[in-house]
Amino acid sequence: MTSKITRRLLLLLRPASCFLPPVSLVLAASCLLLPATLWSAEARPQVARSSCVECHSAFPPPTGVSEAQWAADIHAQKGLSCASCHGGDANDPSPEGAMSKKAGFRGKPKRTEIPALCAKCHADGAYMRQYNPSLRTDQLAQYQTSVHGKRLAKGDSKVAVCIDCHSVHGIRPAQDTRSTVNPLNVANTCARCHSDAAYMKDYKIKTDQFAGYSASVHHDAMVVRGDLSAPTCTTCHGNHGAAPPGVASVENVCSTCHVFQAQLFDTSPHKAAFAAMGTGACITCHSNHRIVHPTDKLIGTGNEAVCTNCHAAGDPGFAAAGRIHDDLTKLDAALKRSDELLDKAERSGMEVSQARLEEAQGRDSLTKARVTLHSFQPDKVEQDIQAGMKIADTTYKAGVQALAERDYRRKGLGLTLITILVVLAGLRLYIRQVESRNQRGGN
Amino acid sequence: MASLPEAAPPTSTHSNRLVRWLDERFGWEELLAPLRHKTVPVHKLSYWYFLGGITLFLFVIQVLTGILLLLYYRASANEAFESVQYIMTQVQFGWLVRSIHSWSANLMIFTAFAHMFSVLFLRAYTKPRELTWLSGMVLLFLVLGFGFSGYLLPWNTLAFFATKVGTEITGQVPVIGKPLLIFLRGGEEVTGATLTRFFGFHVALLPGITTLLIAVHILLIQRLGMSVPPSQEAAWKAKPPAQREMPFFPNFFAHELMAWYIALGVLGALAALYPWELGSKADPFVAAPAGIKPEWYFLFMFQTLKLIPAKVGPIDGELIGILGFGVAGLIWVLLPFLGGDRYGRRQVFIRGLGVFALAYMLAMTVYGYVAK
Amino acid sequence: MDHAEPVTRPEPARRRLMQFLLGGGLLASAVSFLYPVLRYLVPPAATDLGGDSVVAAKVGELKANSGKIFRFGSRPGLLVRTAEGEYRALSATCTHLNCTVQYRSDVREVWCACHNGFYDLNGRNVAGPPPRPLDSYAVHVNGDEIVVSRRRGA
Repeated sequence: MTSKITRRLLLLLRPASCFLPPVSLVLAASCLLLPATLWSAEARPQVARSSCVECHSAFPPPTGVSEAQWAADIHAQKGLSCASCHGGDANDPSPEGAMSKKAGFRGKPKRTEIPALCAKCHADGAYMRQYNPSLRTDQLAQYQTSVHGKRLAKGDSKVAVCIDCHSVHGIRPAQDTRSTVNPLNVANTCARCHSDAAYMKDYKIKTDQFAGYSASVHHDAMVVRGDLSAPTCTTCHGNHGAAPPGVASVENVCSTCHVFQAQLFDTSPHKAAFAAMGTGACITCHSNHRIVHPTDKLIGTGNEAVCTNCHAAGDPGFAAAGRIHDDLTKLDAALKRSDELLDKAERSGMEVSQARLEEAQGRDSLTKARVTLHSFQPDKVEQDIQAGMKIADTTYKAGVQALAERDYRRKGLGLTLITILVVLAGLRLYIRQVESRNQRGGN
Repeated sequence: MASLPEAAPPTSTHSNRLVRWLDERFGWEELLAPLRHKTVPVHKLSYWYFLGGITLFLFVIQVLTGILLLLYYRASANEAFESVQYIMTQVQFGWLVRSIHSWSANLMIFTAFAHMFSVLFLRAYTKPRELTWLSGMVLLFLVLGFGFSGYLLPWNTLAFFATKVGTEITGQVPVIGKPLLIFLRGGEEVTGATLTRFFGFHVALLPGITTLLIAVHILLIQRLGMSVPPSQEAAWKAKPPAQREMPFFPNFFAHELMAWYIALGVLGALAALYPWELGSKADPFVAAPAGIKPEWYFLFMFQTLKLIPAKVGPIDGELIGILGFGVAGLIWVLLPFLGGDRYGRRQVFIRGLGVFALAYMLAMTVYGYVAK
Repeated sequence: MDHAEPVTRPEPARRRLMQFLLGGGLLASAVSFLYPVLRYLVPPAATDLGGDSVVAAKVGELKANSGKIFRFGSRPGLLVRTAEGEYRALSATCTHLNCTVQYRSDVREVWCACHNGFYDLNGRNVAGPPPRPLDSYAVHVNGDEIVVSRRRGA
């Protein structure tokens, strides 16, 4: 009788594709619960009861999966069960029944099989549409173009597969800040392998990327300033199709955000030169992972400048670098000078808000110059600098005027003090005269 | 009813015709005559007599500069800060008027305290001058009220939080504390309503009461004359001096005028060389800046409260502090009635109390400044 | 006590000096006090308090689909007249590195020339490096003046 009911249920609720026919019963049951779980997913994740967790929550890892862990998993919240990936019968309380080959139990999948296993659902557009129509379904295809995917195909099981980045049994969506693939956590996830020198021994690539990135301005933007649009590993390397951009395409990657710098670079003599040398465009000066906040010292002929790595005294590049550096520091110094003067005036109680406004424009010019320098043509940089110098000059004059007003006040004070002293002197004489008069008059 | 014969004012003999004309209509010669004979004792400690007059002079300065500020100040939370900024930067000599007002306020509180302590140590509060002392103590509290209410008016961050803390402490007084807090704040929290209320206190209520009390205070002084400190009386007995007193008009007044002009010079210099800061506009939603302290004249009380442990037995430490200051204030107001005879033994005890109070206030103020 | 004095009054010269000093001093000091007070009483040209609101432009000054930088306290503001004729006012300080933004009539968005940041007309950062939106201000037309003020409350 139960089989008749279940067959009717199947007919009523057959989902589009349940990839394990013997498990369709289980899936039908869990599909019944789907609305309930969807509704309560945010509030109290009510996952389908499965006999697997009842036993396995008591085990230590690696076979242990706790109730809490599984309840946090997005698959559990959407109504799938252990059997969805591992096969078997999630309703059968006995181990023999639950993990029977007859019920389709597959046990722990081999690492090399995992991408295909996940892709059984995640690459099926029609299936995924039922759950989240905006989720991509090309992850497997991308993965197969990646270094990880290519090596896995050759049999290397040390490389990352789905569960290494997304974790397993407690997978959270990427928007969840606790997820291992949330932008805030991506670098840590990649570093689990890529910073492990012992693990990476056979691969002949460096393991200092995470350390470098952690010191970079991109890391600072995301973690310290909270800008989630800042780049992390996957931004430049891709996530499923992860591979380092080729030397020729580095500029393309950086220029998705740094548009102006790339455009200017394209007009500069460096473009052809770097291409000929086979060095990446941006990373030659800025490095790839340890991209620190650039200062004016990065350009020029000083100790910290990168220009002297290629240019030597006497060549035109050396001279250009020197000119650009001098120009930038000249404007910076002029702006600082006028700023200090305005500070002094303000502290003396003078009103300088108009000058402050213009000061901001002056700093704009300096910011623009620091972008224009990517053309590596001193004349172009000169234009921005001149505009800034003019403004710095005006604001400096405003500061001088404010201080002159302050001095005028002090002169006014001086005059008033003099008149007061005169009155005091007069009063002194008056008192003396009155008192001597009193004494003579006999008071 | 038979009508009284019209009493014409006596004919004035003043040299100035205008003055004579006015006197025939006001009849003030009769009233002012006693003033011409008013004398001021001359002795080693006569200079202390200036302090009262300087305080009065500074009060007049406050009223005049305050009226000028009223022409441009706007008492709403949205505009108060900007209006003071406007006065400081756009109005011709606005910086001068505002800085003089702020500096003179501080100077006045200082001279008021100095005046009170000098009266205490020179024993000028004993019979028959009890009411002068009483009115003077109330005036001192009013002056502190002026300082507290005026401080909020620029609506900057420091003032906002100082007011918050100050009214909070007031709220701790038992029984009447909470209603008093709501009365002062114009609500539960410090808001624009508080500003409007403080403005009303500062420019109407307090000046009205203060003017009345000053009139009473001066009237009493004129009627009772200046007191001579017991130590000088003894010195006079031992060695009678050539001159025991000088006429108020013109001698003493000329001296006072010198003191007032010096005060004017000091005020002008302070205003021009150390203009009063404006700070940043108050934002009720920002956390209080670290290390917030009240102005120096409240610092000794604030520092005392900070030093008392949070709980003393079952009672709140802050409450003990507030009650302590309340009791001290009450004793201070009632000193003339507690001291007994002017030359009695209890006066020595009161002098000791005075020295302790002064030393304590100075020490706590300095401590409050240097403490983190 | 009477002293036999050759003169019973101070010498005329001394007396005149005293009168000159006292009278002249009193007059001069009175002038030096009154002069600032009289100047103070004259209202300044700029009656605007600044701070929370400011007159950004006059009606008709801006054509449709154009923008203007105006001064709001000590910071720049951007007044935009959209293609439909509506007025919008935003802070003109870019939230990336504080450059001054401008209105681009070709893309009809606010643009920062320093690093190619874009904001929509609500101030929301839509492209490029800016991490946060621009503050938006309230705009009122008051007669023939366009008044921009800081938003209050929500």
